[in-house]
Parts: sequence; structure tokens; C-alpha cells
Amino acid sequence: MAEAEQALKKTPLAEEHQRLGGKMVPFGGWTMPVQYSGLVDEHTTVRTGAGLFDVSHMGEVRIKGEDALAFTNYLTVNNVTKLEDGQAHYTAFCTPEGTVVDDLLVYREAADDFLLVINAANIDKDLAWIRRHQGEYRVTVTNESDETAQIAIQGPLAQAILQRVCDVDLGSIKYYWFQRGKVGAYDALISRTGYTGEDGFECYCAAADAAAVWRLLLETGAEDGIKPAGLGARDSLRLEARMHLYGNDMDETTTVLEAGLGWIVKLKNTDDFIGKAAIAAQKKAGVTRKLIGFRLLGKGIARPDYAVVDQGEPVGRVTSGTQGPTLKQSIGMAYVPEHLAAPGSTIQIQIRNKLVDAEVVKGPFYKRA
Amino acid sequence: MYSEKHLFSKEHEWIEVDGDTALIGITDHAQQQLGDIVYVDLPELDAEYTAGDEFGSVESVKAVAEVFMPVDGEILAVNEHLEESPETVNQDPHAAGWLIKVKLSNPAQLEGLMDHNAYAEFVAQES
Repeated sequence: MAEAEQALKKTPLAEEHQRLGGKMVPFGGWTMPVQYSGLVDEHTTVRTGAGLFDVSHMGEVRIKGEDALAFTNYLTVNNVTKLEDGQAHYTAFCTPEGTVVDDLLVYREAADDFLLVINAANIDKDLAWIRRHQGEYRVTVTNESDETAQIAIQGPLAQAILQRVCDVDLGSIKYYWFQRGKVGAYDALISRTGYTGEDGFECYCAAADAAAVWRLLLETGAEDGIKPAGLGARDSLRLEARMHLYGNDMDETTTVLEAGLGWIVKLKNTDDFIGKAAIAAQKKAGVTRKLIGFRLLGKGIARPDYAVVDQGEPVGRVTSGTQGPTLKQSIGMAYVPEHLAAPGSTIQIQIRNKLVDAEVVKGPFYKRA
Repeated sequence: MYSEKHLFSKEHEWIEVDGDTALIGITDHAQQQLGDIVYVDLPELDAEYTAGDEFGSVESVKAVAEVFMPVDGEILAVNEHLEESPETVNQDPHAAGWLIKVKLSNPAQLEGLMDHNAYAEFVAQES
């Protein structure tokens, strides 16, 4: 145990979390705050005001050079040629079989300069994946993860708070666009993105500046009741917004189509990309199982790895599940056979010794007004 | 913190004995570990359990904790108030946040439980 704890990586904000009374837990090889004031309080604060998240554990990989666009387009399933300078999109690395290596954001800084933001637990794997496929592409691949901090400010008051200390006109940044500017005295890349279902921004800055930026945002937002929020709230917020969590909702055993991420795959993209042929074939043949969203009709809370049962037989598994603090409803995602995947279908979840009915539902559980 | 009117199990349940019946709940330490409790799953009345049986669960947004019988017993009552207000287990774990009331089938088993001093030490060692 002591050894495992020693091996955990710390973000540049570790001391801030300690000072704020954050409860630290291991996550993807990192020690991260799971909560400060309490998960439900933090969740509600993000939905109604603003919350501040340390997401510095996320990985940042820069692909630069003459072939940066072509290479990024080959590595990922979305169409990178559609991105303009200052624009970002959600995408995935897939295996040749069409299963998911990781999900990520691609930021286009320039035609020869792309920033890839990947999951913390996958940094080593993704870097190896990228380098393995580099081949003849004329690019340099740089892992900037250790030098880069990421602070997310999320919630309906996020823009107003950040604007007070930021020299960029935030109102001019559209959803999934970004600009470089300053937060306080510190250089940052500021994007209108997030993982909560609320409006908000993610600020990438130098690791050395992270504590100053973090404190500045907490101080500036104090009058608006900003609160630090942990991974616990991040997970319940993203699940209410029905955003996927890599490792739970998809991985290398599930295809991008089964995971319901067909919308990020651009098969009409004329360039080849890893997994394209397999994904095209599966799209034609149809998937036999699908990741669905459900809400529980009976009592209880579905948790990851609980079985989905049909006619007394286990036919699938829950990948994410909780009681949504905003919805006050028990919700989740699960892989089910195709014939049970239509919205309105009733499935059953095995919750310990009980079978509880659940309804398959379409779209996000929570959508902001 | 831990009262002398309670006995404690290693699974962090407390039991308050009154003649041949007893109230059972989870300890302050257990509720703190769980965080905001949003759901409590309690057993059917008249169900009979032996010591070590899981009789329900106490759940936060993030986690589920199964709760176990510290002794043999039959369910006389469950705390129905928790259906509407599960957060009572956070707010008052050792009194208003009780989970079940049981009829003791084997009171001799109480000997095997910890008193409040032993439990406080047990918690200190565990963390």
C-alpha cells in the first residue's frame, strides 16, 4: 500500500488540494481530490454557480511539423481537415478493429501544430500508439503532460468569473473553440469545453503557474460562491450529461460504434485512418450490442459491472451508474443486445439480490436550460 | 464520539441492545468514508439473518457499502424515514440514522463485539 501510494503522481496543485481539505484518492496512476466540501454540494454548485476542477492529470501531446494535419487525421476517427485554427473537436484513437484506444480532444493551433488532450491513465499507451504509427510522417511528437496543468472552470457563472481576470473576450469564444491569452499574469490556452454538461472553460497553463492561476480563480470567484470540485462531482456531472468515461463506457474491447460514438467517426473523410475499414464494415453489418442510457424505474442504484438481465439471462453489463444529484434519479449506461437498445425498451438490472426494471432513454439525462 | 451504550462490529456497524431487541446502524466513521448518502436499501420485515449476513446497503453517489448483521436476528422494524431522508445517516448516524430494529436470536454473540474504546482504537489503526 505504502509503495503503491509512493508511485502515484501528483499534479502541480497537490498542495492546494491539501490546504483546501481535499480528500485524495488514487485515480489512473495519480493522487487526485475526489471531493472537498462534499460531492453533492460540489455537483450542485457547478449546476447553479461555478466549480473549479484540477484536471492536470490529463495528458497533452503536441504533434508538430509539415505532416501534422495528415498524421493527426490518420490517427483519429474525426475529420481533422475540418478544423480551423483555434478550433477543437472530440474524437478517438481506434484500433484497426475499430475498438477504442482512447478518446481525446484535438486542438488545432495551426495547420502544422495540433495539441491532443488524452486521458491520464492512457498517456504512456497513447504515446506508444502515436509513435508506433508515425512511420514516414514528418512530425515531431512531444509529450507536454508534465509541464502542462489544466484547470477547468465550469458552471453558469464560469464566464463571468474568468472574464474578470482574463484578457481574452470570452464571449467571442464559441463552444469547442479556443484562444491563447492571459489568466492574471499567466499565459494560458483557454477553450470553451468541459465535461460537466454546463457552460465553462478549460485553461491550460504551465505547471509552474498552476497554483497561482488556481488561487486567482478561487479568489476572484469567491463573491460568486465558486468552489473547488473533485473527481466525484466530475463523474456525476458527466454522467448526467451522458458523456463517456474511457475505461468504463468504452475501451479496447468495445468498438466505437457499439459505444454510440458513431457521430465522431467521419467515414466520408477521404483520407484513411486507423480502424476505418473495420468501422465501415461494422456500420454496414450493424452492431449486435450497443451502449445505452437508462433510468431505473424501481429503487436502488445501478453500479458499474452490474448485470443487465433479460428473460432471466445475463445479456449485458452496466458501465456507469449513479444517482444523479441534479436529476434525483438513478441513471446509468450499459451494453445491451441490439434488440433491447431502442429508447423505451425495458431492461432489468441485477442489483445484488434484486432485479430492478430500467427504461432505455435517448440523449443526455440532463440538459442545461 | 463513540458511546458506551453501543457495541461495534469490524464492518463498522453499531448495535444498541434493549432487552432482547436491538437497533443497528452504521458508525460515524463509516458514514464519513461514504460521503453524501443518497440511498439506503433495507430488508423486509420478519426476515431472519445470521451474523455476517448482508441485510442491505447504504449508498452515496460514488459508492455502495453493504451492511452486515453483527449478530443473529429477526427484522422487527426498518427506519422508514430514511427512504425520504437518507442523509439522516450522515447527520446523525448513531441515533436518528439507525437502519433496523431486530429481535436478538442469540444474545451470547454480543460478547464478540467491540466496546466503544476498542472500536475507537480499531478505527484509528485502520486509517
